[in-house]
Amino acid sequence: MSTSQTFSSSVRRALQHPSFVAGAAIVVLLVISATVSLFWSPYPVGDIDIPNKLAGPSAQHWFGTDSLGRDIASLLLVGSQNSLLVGFIAVGIGLGLGVPLGLLASARRGWVEEVVMRAADFTFAFPALLSAILLTAIYGPGLVVSITAIGIFNIPVFARITRGAANAVWSRDFTLAARAAGKTKWAITWEHVLPNVASVLIVQATVQFAIAILAEAALSYLGLGTQPPNPSWGRMLNEAQSQMFQAPMLAVYPGVAIALAVLGLNLMGDGLRDLLDPRLSRTR
Amino acid sequence: MTPSNTTPLLSVRNLRVGLQTSHGQLEALRGVDFEMQRGDTLGLIGESGCGKSLTALAIMGLLPERATVSGSIALNGTDLTQLSDEALCTLRGTRMAMIFQEPMTALNPLHPIWKQIAEPLQLHQGMDLVAAKARALELLERVQLPRARERLDNYPHQLSGGQRQRVMISIALACQPDILIADEPTTALDVTVQKEVLALIRQLVTEDGMGLLLISHDLGLMRDQVERVMVMYGGAVVESAPIKALFGMRAHPYTQGLFAARPKLGLKRGTRLQTIAGNVPEIFNWPQGCAFADRCAYVQDNCRQTVPQLELVPDKADVIEDKVADKPKRVDAHWVRCPEWQQLEASA
Repeated sequence: MSTSQTFSSSVRRALQHPSFVAGAAIVVLLVISATVSLFWSPYPVGDIDIPNKLAGPSAQHWFGTDSLGRDIASLLLVGSQNSLLVGFIAVGIGLGLGVPLGLLASARRGWVEEVVMRAADFTFAFPALLSAILLTAIYGPGLVVSITAIGIFNIPVFARITRGAANAVWSRDFTLAARAAGKTKWAITWEHVLPNVASVLIVQATVQFAIAILAEAALSYLGLGTQPPNPSWGRMLNEAQSQMFQAPMLAVYPGVAIALAVLGLNLMGDGLRDLLDPRLSRTR
Repeated sequence: MTPSNTTPLLSVRNLRVGLQTSHGQLEALRGVDFEMQRGDTLGLIGESGCGKSLTALAIMGLLPERATVSGSIALNGTDLTQLSDEALCTLRGTRMAMIFQEPMTALNPLHPIWKQIAEPLQLHQGMDLVAAKARALELLERVQLPRARERLDNYPHQLSGGQRQRVMISIALACQPDILIADEPTTALDVTVQKEVLALIRQLVTEDGMGLLLISHDLGLMRDQVERVMVMYGGAVVESAPIKALFGMRAHPYTQGLFAARPKLGLKRGTRLQTIAGNVPEIFNWPQGCAFADRCAYVQDNCRQTVPQLELVPDKADVIEDKVADKPKRVDAHWVRCPEWQQLEASA
């Protein structure tokens, strides 16, 4: 009874939070368009229609066509799959490896913590995009390599934030009380520490998701990410560059798509931070 | 209490704890000795920083990671200081349990209370969730939580301080430990609730025949709840006596100061409470001899040089025979770590 009440009240609270609602709406739109494009797009993405190249927006082609006559709307829709995929996998790598490392460092302290955190500092010291370019130079350009590179960059981010938040939980009395009840550090980590740091991680995950989308776009723009013929927002930007003066709108569409996706995720993260923080919600 | 030759429930011998701090290695406990039998109630009293809580944490094996422990802590004859952390984990919660000072923070805000009571049951007794929940209800009823059945699914923030402390007590008692350590269990509670909670702890301890180590800085609360009390100062026990004997006669100057500093009813308005002159010495600057020397009115040169030995204070009511020389020392006698106690008594 009380659980469903708290659930409905937190939904109500979420709906009253403007930036969360706006962000979530954009993110939902992104997810829907990616899902729809799996089954349907206005035109097959690979279809080249040279006679109709560089057409303006019309009923047939909502956003017009590019230099090869491909339908921009279809490219944007299918390209969103790429962005989401990169975001999910890169954040997944970061969460999957970074969080356990951070929890380990916090539970063991001492030299384990030193080693993990110094390793995180070391990884952190390399600019993410530069390391990604390095990896593509070694393993060749491609989606898998760029996802992995972005994911590796996420590991220290999550390791650090997890350890910081977990240390704060470990200093609270209920972890000591749990130890006094005979729980092992691992059981306490799983049952007490992780749930208490989850909100911080969720917020960070949305932010890192946005960063991953940006990074993928950047890599694809440089020709190191998604390879032709797979559509990607970053590569659309790259191809639009050569038609800058004939068809400036070609660069605007993918640019707006990237900006919207990042904005939506950041707004949602911002809103989640407020909603998941019990102190902030009380003062609200 | 009759002296018995069975192994004591808890026997702490020459317990010393060193802490690693920014001032280097410090000795925070400087030789604590005591013994408890099943059913014993022992009070540990002293001001902040004297080592009360550290003694409790040392027994539970929950000292900070870099603390060093020497001496022995034997629970039912097993030396806890020699056990691995895994072995200690199986003892914590089952054979020994602890109640903390702050019921506000000692419960996880994210779990309903029944889950937190069920945890030790699932962990140590292998109960399934349904059985554990049923047992949690029994336990909550036992600690007299009003409307326990409705409260099972409550979260800690929905309970008052006294109610939360009752939940903490039920968690501590879940696996029927042999010894219960209560570290200032009522300090964070309203005065009206303090007595109720302490009386409850006392009642449950008596019912289960546990040993109770009650830590407090409140002499008045101690009086009704424990049979024996140890006064700590500067990381060592300075006086140890049956509570009645202590209320009859304070042999250590520090204990006298503590008693004199108690607020009393019937004092004239505006009367200043008596204080003990000076401050507790900083832990990284403890004197070589008696820790209380700098604040003591009866201090002798000798006190500053060496730590005084424990001396037996004969009970006025009954004649102490020549048993004093017997080993082991009678643990239920009145001991004081001050060579000047006879002069003190004369002047008092």
